[in-house]
Amino acid sequence: MRADLEIIAEWIQPKARVLDMGCGEGELLDFLSKQKQVDGLGLEIDHDNITSCIARGVNVIEKNLDEGLASIDDASFDSVVMTQALQVMHRPDLIVEEMLRIGNEGIVTFPNFAHWRARFYLAFRGKMPVSKFLSYSWYDTPNIHFCTFKDFEALCIERNIRIIERTVVDNEHRQRWWHKLWPNMMGEIAIYRITR
Amino acid sequence: MPASLPTDSVGIVTPELIHFAEPLSLASGRVLPEYDLMVETYGQLNADCSNAVLICHALSGHHHAAGYHSESDKYPGWWDSAIGPDKPIDTNRFFVVSLNNLGGCHGSTGPTSIDPNTGKQYGPDFPFVTVRDWVNSQVRLADYFGIQRWAAIVGGSLGGMQAMQWSIDFPDRLGHALIIASSPKLTAQNIAFNEVARQAISKDPQFHEGRYYDHETLPKTGLSLARMIGHITYLSDDGMAEKFGREMRTGELSFDLNTQFQVESYLQYQGEKFSTAFDANTYLLMTKALDYFDPASEYGDDLSKALSHANCKFLVVSFTTDWRFSPERSREITDALVAANKDVSYAEIDSDHGHDAFLIDSPRYMAVFRAYMSRVANELNLGVTDES
Repeated sequence: MRADLEIIAEWIQPKARVLDMGCGEGELLDFLSKQKQVDGLGLEIDHDNITSCIARGVNVIEKNLDEGLASIDDASFDSVVMTQALQVMHRPDLIVEEMLRIGNEGIVTFPNFAHWRARFYLAFRGKMPVSKFLSYSWYDTPNIHFCTFKDFEALCIERNIRIIERTVVDNEHRQRWWHKLWPNMMGEIAIYRITR
Repeated sequence: MPASLPTDSVGIVTPELIHFAEPLSLASGRVLPEYDLMVETYGQLNADCSNAVLICHALSGHHHAAGYHSESDKYPGWWDSAIGPDKPIDTNRFFVVSLNNLGGCHGSTGPTSIDPNTGKQYGPDFPFVTVRDWVNSQVRLADYFGIQRWAAIVGGSLGGMQAMQWSIDFPDRLGHALIIASSPKLTAQNIAFNEVARQAISKDPQFHEGRYYDHETLPKTGLSLARMIGHITYLSDDGMAEKFGREMRTGELSFDLNTQFQVESYLQYQGEKFSTAFDANTYLLMTKALDYFDPASEYGDDLSKALSHANCKFLVVSFTTDWRFSPERSREITDALVAANKDVSYAEIDSDHGHDAFLIDSPRYMAVFRAYMSRVANELNLGVTDES
């Protein structure tokens, strides 16, 4: 079990109706349905991931999130989760708005582009950061909208979105004291719990 | 049959004619006093009758879905790609029931059957039946086999509509509905194509108001035209371009009405083959059943309300180049199921084969189909004879 999924699971009520946008192989929903008896639905675009979800009994709908979610009713889910997919969206702001239209709460995780390693990479090499964790080159990366914790929080203020909780971790999803001290410099991944 | 039997075939199968003596009330208000259903089964029904899968056929389908009838059969049943040992509907685990629907022309009671009241063939007097009527007749088939609850009901196109109707009308009698290349109702364009087909048949001088049997003739021209237009709607533009392009049978233009392009020849062949193999009255009746299907109409046109009765889980599948029942129609079904808070998965398969894609073996389609059916089997702890 990925550590971020365990953190997310703590924020989800038993038997909640959960939508996982970009659900991958259905790992989180499978975990949540076993641990918390949630009623889950995943949205996914990758063909192999969809087959994996179906095989493990996770409800999944083939969907390109960039085409919008107009077919899903307002407030039809308790929680809407999006892990590590915000940065690949054409319009991350609209997706966040949609999450909070469809769900009562949103849980978002994304990599922090202001992590010190990224800052040093750009500052001293003068090139777009490439790491083990973010292994793409600038021209082939699916991550087209990187942001930092500060950027995301500014967006939340601008759109009247309330941040209920935030956990900052490293890329292995461990929480360290230095993440709390200087999150936007030291944290690699943020997990936000948001609502309206 | 091929020289040697494929190992993933159900082999030689024998249809069975089952008689139902209890009258069946139909949506039209008419009553069928008694009827027969032509049925094939594959695999073994387990002791608690929990491993049964019902196959519902489409417009021109029938009971022969898998395997071969004899050594001399050139082709297997119409859904042999999906049904057999180790195939998506794995006959090592499931007991599969496939029938010819009422009104059909492959052995079940239909227009070519003898009307017990007159002693003559029903012909055009055979009652128009609906998807719901078919489902009601299939319920009795389930009872006949002692199947209280189908593990799954699977259908493509018009077959998918039957699976959907089952889920609404008999929610506790199925665990899963697989609705493939289907639609919650026909569009005006769909009905228009059906009407052209019907006009072609009924305007054929040999149709004789549907009493062509009495005149010892067949409305071959009309049925052939109906099939040709239907066939075009089952293929995609890309698929036809790839299969035929502008390829010609002869090298140069002949400036007359002779068949010149390969596509013309192909369509004529398909039409002619169908015109003697299928019954025109059945074709008319089946297209009407398609036109009439609209489960949401009883619920203020709210499909999600109609499907809120369902108790089963759903798999919905569509194909990108299907313009007869486009992916948009399948998304309507999926969205309605999500709105009704039902368990649903949806896959949109890339294919060049248009509507016909649901009958064709393609890697992703089969992978999704297989994954879903093994989930069904695993939920029921169905044994596998071939441990792998």
